[in-house]
Amino acid sequence: MGELIDYQLRVNGRERDVAEAWLGESLLYVLRERLGLPGSKNACEQGECGSCSVLMDGKLVCSCMVLAASAVGSDIVTVEGLGDGDDGLSDIQAAFVAEGGVQCGFCTPGFVVSVHDLLEHNPDPTELEVREAVSGNLCRCTGYGRILAAVKAAQETRRG
Amino acid sequence: MSTVLDKLRGRLGQSAPRPDGVPKVRGQFAFSSDMFAEGMLWGHMLRSPHPAAAIRSIDVSQALLIPGVRAVITSDDVPGRKTYGLDYPDQPVFAWDVVRFMGEPVAAVAADHPDTARRAAAAIVVDYAPTEPMTDPAAAVDAAPIHPLGNVLHRQWVRCGDPEAVGAVVVEGRYETAMQDQAQMGPESGLAIPGEDGGVDLYIATQWLHIDQEQMAACLALPLEKVRLHLAGVGGAFGAREDLSMQVQICMLALRTGRPVKMVYSREESFLGHVHRHPAVMWYRHHADRDGRLVKVEARIILDGGAYLSTSTAVTMNASCMAPGPYLVHNAVVEAVAVRTNNPPCGAMRGFGSVQACFAHEAQMDKLAAALGMDPVELRLRNVLKQGDSLITGQVLRGTAPVADVIRTCAAAPLPTGGPQTAAELELPGGAGRTAERTRVRRGVGFAVSVKNLMYGGGFDDYSSARCRLEDGVATITCAAVEVGQGFVTLAQQIAREVLGVADVILAPPGTADIGSAGSTSASRQTWMSGGAVQKACFAVRERLFSCTATKYGVSAETLAILDGRVVSLDGQIDIPVFEAAGGEVLEETVEFHHEPTAELDQNGQGDAFVSFAFAAHRAVVDVDLDLGLVRVVDITTSQDVGRVLNPVQLVGQLEGGIAQGVGLAVMEEIVLDHGRVRNPSFTDYVIPTALDMPPVHIAALIEEPEPGSPMGAKGAGEPPMISSVAAVVAAIRNATGLELPRAPVRPQDIALAGASRGPTLASSPNNVEVSQ
Amino acid sequence: MLVFLPVSLEEAFDAFEQCPDAHFLAGGTDFMVEVNFALRRPPAVVCLRRVEELQGWRVEGSEVVLGAGITYTELLAPRLGELLPGLAQASRTVGSPQIRNAGTVGGNLGTASPAGDSLPVLAALDAKIVVASKHGRRSLELADLIVGPKRTTLAPGEVIVEVRVPAALGSQQFLKVGTRNAMVIAVANVALVADWAGRSVRCALGSVGPVVIRAREAEEFISARIDWEGRTPPSDGDLAEFTALVRSAARPIDDHRSTADYRRHSVGVCAERALGRVFSGDNREASERTSWAS
Repeated sequence: MGELIDYQLRVNGRERDVAEAWLGESLLYVLRERLGLPGSKNACEQGECGSCSVLMDGKLVCSCMVLAASAVGSDIVTVEGLGDGDDGLSDIQAAFVAEGGVQCGFCTPGFVVSVHDLLEHNPDPTELEVREAVSGNLCRCTGYGRILAAVKAAQETRRG
Repeated sequence: MSTVLDKLRGRLGQSAPRPDGVPKVRGQFAFSSDMFAEGMLWGHMLRSPHPAAAIRSIDVSQALLIPGVRAVITSDDVPGRKTYGLDYPDQPVFAWDVVRFMGEPVAAVAADHPDTARRAAAAIVVDYAPTEPMTDPAAAVDAAPIHPLGNVLHRQWVRCGDPEAVGAVVVEGRYETAMQDQAQMGPESGLAIPGEDGGVDLYIATQWLHIDQEQMAACLALPLEKVRLHLAGVGGAFGAREDLSMQVQICMLALRTGRPVKMVYSREESFLGHVHRHPAVMWYRHHADRDGRLVKVEARIILDGGAYLSTSTAVTMNASCMAPGPYLVHNAVVEAVAVRTNNPPCGAMRGFGSVQACFAHEAQMDKLAAALGMDPVELRLRNVLKQGDSLITGQVLRGTAPVADVIRTCAAAPLPTGGPQTAAELELPGGAGRTAERTRVRRGVGFAVSVKNLMYGGGFDDYSSARCRLEDGVATITCAAVEVGQGFVTLAQQIAREVLGVADVILAPPGTADIGSAGSTSASRQTWMSGGAVQKACFAVRERLFSCTATKYGVSAETLAILDGRVVSLDGQIDIPVFEAAGGEVLEETVEFHHEPTAELDQNGQGDAFVSFAFAAHRAVVDVDLDLGLVRVVDITTSQDVGRVLNPVQLVGQLEGGIAQGVGLAVMEEIVLDHGRVRNPSFTDYVIPTALDMPPVHIAALIEEPEPGSPMGAKGAGEPPMISSVAAVVAAIRNATGLELPRAPVRPQDIALAGASRGPTLASSPNNVEVSQ
Repeated sequence: MLVFLPVSLEEAFDAFEQCPDAHFLAGGTDFMVEVNFALRRPPAVVCLRRVEELQGWRVEGSEVVLGAGITYTELLAPRLGELLPGLAQASRTVGSPQIRNAGTVGGNLGTASPAGDSLPVLAALDAKIVVASKHGRRSLELADLIVGPKRTTLAPGEVIVEVRVPAALGSQQFLKVGTRNAMVIAVANVALVADWAGRSVRCALGSVGPVVIRAREAEEFISARIDWEGRTPPSDGDLAEFTALVRSAARPIDDHRSTADYRRHSVGVCAERALGRVFSGDNREASERTSWAS
């Protein structure tokens, strides 16, 4: 299989050991198969669907497009690291559940991460801005309607 | 008390939240690709790069030499029947002697690491002798057979009335729809674990556990009970998971190695490894009298079935029986043929034969309206099917048929305000590419109506099984109905809460070992069928609950009811919580629910083959860049015949999601084939609508006329949104451009290179809908 | 160690010297596709993401100097967007927000895809690309760097370090034709610069040939016909001739994304519209439209 390497990644605030990994492994693969964090999904492995979206040093990226070993020293936040509140849900996650933004749910973690990133940088986007911000996240079930409703609801909650 | 009532909010008719919503938003829901077992191996399939070839030899020796490789299997290793299929087993588990489509499995590998498995598969040497692929379905009908069972997969005639009838006005056309992919987000994946009894446990994303089990047992040469399927999280399906994908192969690898084996398709494999929507070529001739009443419909539909049968028979049946659309037609001659070719196999996808027919019959209705100088909506209203009318199959519509209502409400909804002159730049055709020139963008409006048969028919005994167990005031529902995202899990809880008045409803994990078949999650059938089974099981438990209570309190069971989580008697004497009423007894009932029997069609396509029908209307508004041929869908307005709304939010989700797939087929989605080779098996090149492509959906009306025979009065709602939305969008593009556009998807060149830059006049458009700007 | 994470160019060159078959990795958005699909199995990788000299941008005289590691998202920020409006327009059409956060100009050049969205803009701006290795630096034109589909003249060990582009030059337009409104590979794209001071129009075409094509004949024709003083729009006849010359410059092919005929047709439409816009005043700075993206 080629050369195996050991390294550490900082994921959701914790240092995690990656041992004897093939150097060609993507961050997505390492998260899912080595670190027990399958929340980031593998739907295309070429940056065309957004299901594997994570935050790397505060930037929204597709984890399938990141060579895992190159992420050493970066702060990585996955969908598993976003929850808070009493029920372990962020306001955005709660809105996705309440508004029907979830169907099969395969794209959902990626959308949740993207929307967190969006509202972090632009707390009150227009609907068109939301559409552009999530245009890298494909959903095949919802037609995006209830997802947009969820973003709107989360926005309104934050606005108070 | 208030908290109990809070939980009881999730009863029928309310927007109960999904029980799997929380784990899904947290990334904790276990999809089939998330499965893990200690010591598991990774499987990988080797697929044919050729659409047609003879296999002279397969040499696996080099693959076996790679460190970490644990098994390599081919057709020789299949322990039982070497073929499988939903209707008839004509598809090889692994090809032997010959490959019939690009992507057909030839061998499979299990190894320690997915990359090792992939490299090992690449190290297998297959000596192919490529042959000329047969890829033209029309030519394949009479060509030399490419399979021992011949090239005609199924031919369905539907003839009624007078074949010689002639109308005063005749319009005809030739229409085409392309091969569409389900493009479900979750790739095919599964985990097989060998059992100590020589059997196997398979965790898999599928649409119908028990039909997989049957097919697998035959191929694995195991008794049914040794092939245990467990539903793993399903990342969307839309028809793609009706046929077997890797089920037999990973179980073979697990049984061979004695270790758990996981396989996850890449996106490319997913495109190559599941069936698609049949491409269709359709010739239509409509006859009408001068008042616009349909006199006769003639149609010939050729469906490209690809290399293997899959569900082509039923797709052909739908396309032929639904050929005229939701209109009353006394005279019809329809022939639909599904043909075997060396293209990728085609089978089930949302809309299942009706999408193709609707595209053609609605274009014909617009043509007819233009020929008659009649408003296209008025023409449709003049011909709508009504309760008591007969279909061209001779079946009398006994259920509800509010076709006129869906049309009227949808057509009456206000059009979106604004237009290309005022739209944001990003909302113009071409979007962020900034290609649009506002003066060269033309708005168009199109309208279409559809009919879809619901559930399995044609004489098939369609049923679902369910168990309800009531213990300490908690209901547990066991049903093998597959949740693919549609929200059956929510509905099952709503039903149990409604019937039993309990707050807590647990859903047992679906599997083949615990309960009988629920049938397939397809054909818009699970709300009716498995919803019906769950309701029936809950009713049976409630009956026992009442008889327990009646005995205990010495009252008549007939006087008891459930109200707000309590068993009460009509005289007010009894008022106790449900969990007390059972008196510590565990109440459990297992039932089967069957729908009304249907009949096979005879040689003229006559017979009561269907159970129920749902109708929908769509109105599309598009902006078209006349010079570049780029289209922006601005708005979709719809009305749908739903019987009864059981969960408003989930219902809207079905409508919006189905429409998105319709918009996709109308303007961008197509599996591009070149001599049988798939040229675009990726999300880079098979494009589906993004949030910037999908317009807002406006629901003009949900027509609630409870359907007789439906356990809760509801009609399945998943497929209709996908059907007429395609036709409506293309009609709108015709309206904007004045072009005939007989093919879906409409490609930019179909508009730009058709002389559209001359600029159309609305008068020449085939769909004379008034434009609002 | 087979994955190198240098923070300076010197470290990057040292790493390459240790491992001469290493691959230089920028944003990863092309490279990782090939690795994920087993089309490429790099024995070693030198990651350039943290190399100081490749970050950020600066103005030197009349030029903007872009570090090769600048991402599309950074190109969309207001200040830079004003200086390089064409590049900002192109950046907004690249992939998705996720891809724009990772993908870099240097990577776009190094990958040398015929559909690279930034490439026509760089060609139309006569950008200079600075490449460096252990043995020194050289500066070259786009056409001398990219010589075929996915083929460059980069020598082993050479890294793209800078892209030098004239700042706020004239009026700039970028149009991209794709089959959906976001996240799409160009069927055709056009960059056009009207250099009012230099009295020339430059027009580059993407996705219609093996490399980006400068429509030189069309440029010369229209540059000579334009009323540079009065800035009046070209006549319909001149516009038609310009469009025809653009089309004849294209060398498109049929593939699964489109047809040669449509590509040829659409670059003409786009070039005509681009030229029209530089005269019609529809020439707002890209930053106006994308200020929220910062």
